[in-house]
Amino acid sequence: MSMSDDLFEFLHSEVINYSIQRNEIKKKESKDDDLSNIEFIGFSTGFKVIERLTKEMPRFKDELDTMKFICTDFWSAIYKKQIDNLRTNHQGVYVLQDNAFRFLIKISNGKQYLEYAPRYVAFTCGVIRGGLANLGINCLVTAEVQNMPSCKFHIQVQRM
Amino acid sequence: MAVCAAIVGKDNSPKYFACTNPDEELNFQYKVLSSLDVVEEKLNAANKGSDMRELYLGILYSLETHKIYGYVTNTKIKFIIVAESTNTALRDNEIRSMFRKLHSLRA
Repeated sequence: MSMSDDLFEFLHSEVINYSIQRNEIKKKESKDDDLSNIEFIGFSTGFKVIERLTKEMPRFKDELDTMKFICTDFWSAIYKKQIDNLRTNHQGVYVLQDNAFRFLIKISNGKQYLEYAPRYVAFTCGVIRGGLANLGINCLVTAEVQNMPSCKFHIQVQRM
Repeated sequence: MAVCAAIVGKDNSPKYFACTNPDEELNFQYKVLSSLDVVEEKLNAANKGSDMRELYLGILYSLETHKIYGYVTNTKIKFIIVAESTNTALRDNEIRSMFRKLHSLRA
């Protein structure tokens, strides 16, 4: 793995630490982390990154074509691997499964740290949402972690 | 050489406009903005099956004095170039590479 990839991981975990700490100072009473800030950082990152990544690409035929691009080129540009499984009901719901998600793979596999997993997938939810928004697809992205290094992203496209 | 280049955003808002002769700027703005309708038409046609998957849309229309070319990125940013009709040395490929350069500069 090259230098810049490591740096990206360090930066990512620091950004998360930083925003979690700031939220703890702001309000102590609620138990859940406020991840909307991290999600928004992801959103603007995805929005900008997609502009460059699609430069050499032909125009996308339809939504599914766009999703395939997200699973292959987009994912390998950020996470150095492709999505392992893409599923869809052809009605605007897509499920992307990554069996060795880069931000979770460095964390112990057991159940012990499962409660911290949402912190490490929030950024990526934002990245997906931002990228798709710039391609003209408005959607809701949620993540699901059942066993530690694998992660599922649910994309719900919002139709007008 | 092109006489005018423009970048138009997703929502058809003007982002950048440049032309060689400042006295004619307004005139060129009219030309560019009216060509956006043609861009939309071409994009809709592309969505309806015909496999026009290139970002470069080709010539949008030609006037007596000028020719107008269009290019739309995946993120729906539009580039418009206006060239003089008298300039016959300008080939399609050169226009295409002009758009590529413009795109690289922007991205």
